[in-house]
Amino acid sequence: MDQQSPTKLKTCFYDYHLKHGAKMVDFAGWEMPLHYSAGIVAEHQHTRQAMSIFDVSHMGRLKITGKGAQPLLEHVCTRKIGGFAPGRSGYSLLCNEDGGVLDDVIVSRFERHWLMVCNASNREAIIKWLQTHAARFDAKIEDETFSTAMVSVQGPKAIEYLDTVLPEPASDIKRYQFQVQNYLIASFAVFRTGYTGEDGVEIICGKNVAQMAINFIAKSGEDKPNGLKPAGLGARDTLRLEAGMPLYGHELTPTIDPISAGLDWAVAIDKPFIGSDVIERIRLRGPERLRVGLEITGQRIARQGAKIKSENDEEIGEVTSGTLSPTLQKVIAMGYVQPPYVAVGTEVLVDIRGTHTPAKVVALPFYRR
Amino acid sequence: MPSPADRQYTESHEWIKADGEEWIVGVTQFAVNALSDVTYVALPPIGKSLVAGDPFGEVESVKATSEVYLPVDGVITAINSELQKDPALLNADPYGAGWLVKIKSNGIAGNFMDAATYDARNPV
Repeated sequence: MDQQSPTKLKTCFYDYHLKHGAKMVDFAGWEMPLHYSAGIVAEHQHTRQAMSIFDVSHMGRLKITGKGAQPLLEHVCTRKIGGFAPGRSGYSLLCNEDGGVLDDVIVSRFERHWLMVCNASNREAIIKWLQTHAARFDAKIEDETFSTAMVSVQGPKAIEYLDTVLPEPASDIKRYQFQVQNYLIASFAVFRTGYTGEDGVEIICGKNVAQMAINFIAKSGEDKPNGLKPAGLGARDTLRLEAGMPLYGHELTPTIDPISAGLDWAVAIDKPFIGSDVIERIRLRGPERLRVGLEITGQRIARQGAKIKSENDEEIGEVTSGTLSPTLQKVIAMGYVQPPYVAVGTEVLVDIRGTHTPAKVVALPFYRR
Repeated sequence: MPSPADRQYTESHEWIKADGEEWIVGVTQFAVNALSDVTYVALPPIGKSLVAGDPFGEVESVKATSEVYLPVDGVITAINSELQKDPALLNADPYGAGWLVKIKSNGIAGNFMDAATYDARNPV
């Protein structure tokens, strides 16, 4: 067993996690719950059948203000964020000059500022990236990660439940919209977004009211079979993989462009942004590899780095994420393969620690609600 | 809960217990907790001869795949086929129904820990 390296960062829900039997692990320098006493599979299944609450406070929350905030974001984001009205959120990529992905983010337009939520592992790099470009746009970047908390409530019963606990009904918030709500002295933002393939919301509040918020939201969960229960990062990963959603560091890296990643829809065609020249050429020419879903026979899990081979034993690609899907009860994986092999139904082999295991290309997502 | 006192333990979280003329080998609660839900257990063929320290199988979970190492020289005389059918047995009962293999061994390699020492080094 490896020794855990000493971690410095804890979210404000650290005690809550321990109280619920969490197994804590180091994630991007934060001590986060991998799972609670129920375990990854049970937490995954509970999310699909009822609802779960995830602490995602480790993710970067960056506030962008100033006259130049919108032009700055248009310059660094692949998405046309200028079309967002206040109250709208949208998924976007940030790319380098070579069209490789630096991060995937959610950008939200508030009345007088913008918010970018980015991956925990990229927070410092993205702040530097934005600051490098901010000067010429008259924009200011503020890191709100340490003064706020963020939770995600996901599952088929989530919206109905939150309608009974939030000051304003969650069901009034449309998908990819958000609302600022107030309760006594606390103000918090409720976003109809998520990373599990289920319906639900993500809530950002000030750190000073976070404890009260989580106790309030999760209050009657543990004793009811379909109540709101905590779920950790392990289930978060198996859920997003079933939903075919990419993860930075796996499906998205600085050497992978958005077209290869199958994220054309998040890339504006008619606006310049950092990397747009290269991406346009790839879009016109066709990418050299494409992200696919795989269903693998047997029960052994193919993990990141496992080679994908044609039936003639030629190397044609690589796995980027894999797991045993708790919902489908099959081994699933995402990876990149050369264009001749992307058609659904194509039979390939996956080298799982020396064993060439039969697999086939399937449509993404693996699971739809 | 303390680890059972009727067996010995290795640094790499295997346990070994005398069973008549043979020895039973498994992995500890500590190891199982680190893995989370076990999805697959790969075990060697019966009759395979191994040297102390050789990997004899793999335990796979949603989270990671781990090799397991034979604590002594030995020949595999039995494998737990119930475990292969139901990998969750390992999470449920790592010291009983979740045993991995049985072996015949000519000698005990030594350098094992008793339960108290193992628990002191690996608090669950």
